Amino acid sequence: MRYVLLAVGDERPWAEAGPAEREEVYARWGRFEEMLTARDAGRGGDELAHSGTATTVRKTGGKVIVTDGPYAEATEQIGGYVTIEAAGMDEAIEFARACPSDVVEIRPVPDRG
Amino acid sequence: MSRSVTAVEQAYRRHWARLLALLTAELRDLDLAEESLQDAFAAAVTAWPPEPANPPAWLLTTARRRALDRLRRVAVAAGKLPLLIVDDRPEPSSIPDERLRLIFTCCHPALSADARVALTLRCVGGLTTREIARLFLVPEATMAARITRAKKKIAQAGIPYRVPAGPELAERRDGVLAVVYLVFTEGYAATGGDRLIREDLAAEAVALGRMLRELLPADPEVDGLLALMLLHHARRDARLGPSGELVRLPDQDRSRWHRGEIAEAVSLLESSRPQHTADPFPGPYLLQAAIAAEHATATRAADTDWSAIARLYGELERLTGSAVVRLNRAVAVAEADGPGAGLALLDGLDHELGRHHLLHAARAELLRRLGREREALDAYGRALEVVGTDPERAFLLSRRAELSVR
Repeated sequence: MRYVLLAVGDERPWAEAGPAEREEVYARWGRFEEMLTARDAGRGGDELAHSGTATTVRKTGGKVIVTDGPYAEATEQIGGYVTIEAAGMDEAIEFARACPSDVVEIRPVPDRG
Repeated sequence: MSRSVTAVEQAYRRHWARLLALLTAELRDLDLAEESLQDAFAAAVTAWPPEPANPPAWLLTTARRRALDRLRRVAVAAGKLPLLIVDDRPEPSSIPDERLRLIFTCCHPALSADARVALTLRCVGGLTTREIARLFLVPEATMAARITRAKKKIAQAGIPYRVPAGPELAERRDGVLAVVYLVFTEGYAATGGDRLIREDLAAEAVALGRMLRELLPADPEVDGLLALMLLHHARRDARLGPSGELVRLPDQDRSRWHRGEIAEAVSLLESSRPQHTADPFPGPYLLQAAIAAEHATATRAADTDWSAIARLYGELERLTGSAVVRLNRAVAVAEADGPGAGLALLDGLDHELGRHHLLHAARAELLRRLGREREALDAYGRALEVVGTDPERAFLLSRRAELSVR
């Protein structure tokens, strides 16, 4: 089954992190991605820029409204995602545990086959 | 007719979980398995008597056939090719036991606590949705929606049908024990409504505990949970007075305790607890069972070994770090070493337990015994502000009325 792991968290520490801290976090993500590759489970993913750079396009009543900011204002925002292939929820949870993010939301990708 | 219903009911009680577990493994679809098995039992009501030689095998074959019919109908409706026609398998002589897989799936941590409880009672306990709704005092439609949502999540999120292995097993086993104990505590000390004990719910939890013990033998915490439930459950007839009011442990008529259940629990405990007093207990359930056994085996309330109980609570507090355990330890220490020593242990619990009437009630009782009635009056007042069920409220009111201050 395919899942998307969403790395969720408070963005501030990351925005304020110095180069050494960033390098350390990137190294941890690197190791996580290596693990996914070794298990043939990684199916791509990305880091997302700060939600302050987000733009939301909302279509209501035939009108298109473009606004600055993420779709939901919250302290915790999605900072990145990884798509994985796993045997089931237990394996997805195992990968989420290994993921460097402190909070990980697991979302199954529906099978439309 | 009534005889056949009895035979079907008997078969339902004895075989539901095992048959559902096996069908789910075969069909890889919990919902389909449940509906097909339900159909098979409905068919049995009309077809029995004569009762077949091997009732569970008959039910299994019937359910498999119903599942195939359902799958065919869905395939035809969807315009797909009909499924291959497969010869019925011969009736099995023995049915493999897949119940552990069913239990671990129903108690999966990716499901909400409410859903775990409802699914476990439905799939493993074999209760109907209506029965579960009644036990939890919610409308049947609400309970049906909860169970449907949970089954949908199992399918869509890929919650596996497996018994966890390795280090995962211990963690997930704790989750299963917690679900069973949650069912039990809801029955033993109902959090809402006008009744204090719902024996039927507690009895279902005990039955689940027995099943777990059969499936996970030689696990001291599984033994501990069953012993703990039996020890509490054995006191059910003595806990409430004639008009449904709470009777405190020291005032209970001990002749009304179910001695057979206590003896069973004590023997479970004896074989699983650490053989030397210095050895640590393996987990919280066995410890709580040991505490309950101290109460249950005292001939009179005055014979209770409070020092032993206080010591066990101390170990439980170290293990769990729980404020509720600390509260219970304080009560035990008050009995062993005097109300002043107990009262001191209640300090610092208001932050965590301020909304819990038992903290205020315990403080009130200890203050009363120390002769500090004015403070006791205040504490009863705070307990009454947060108490949940009517019988407990009545009890607190009567205790407060006994104070000489107003």
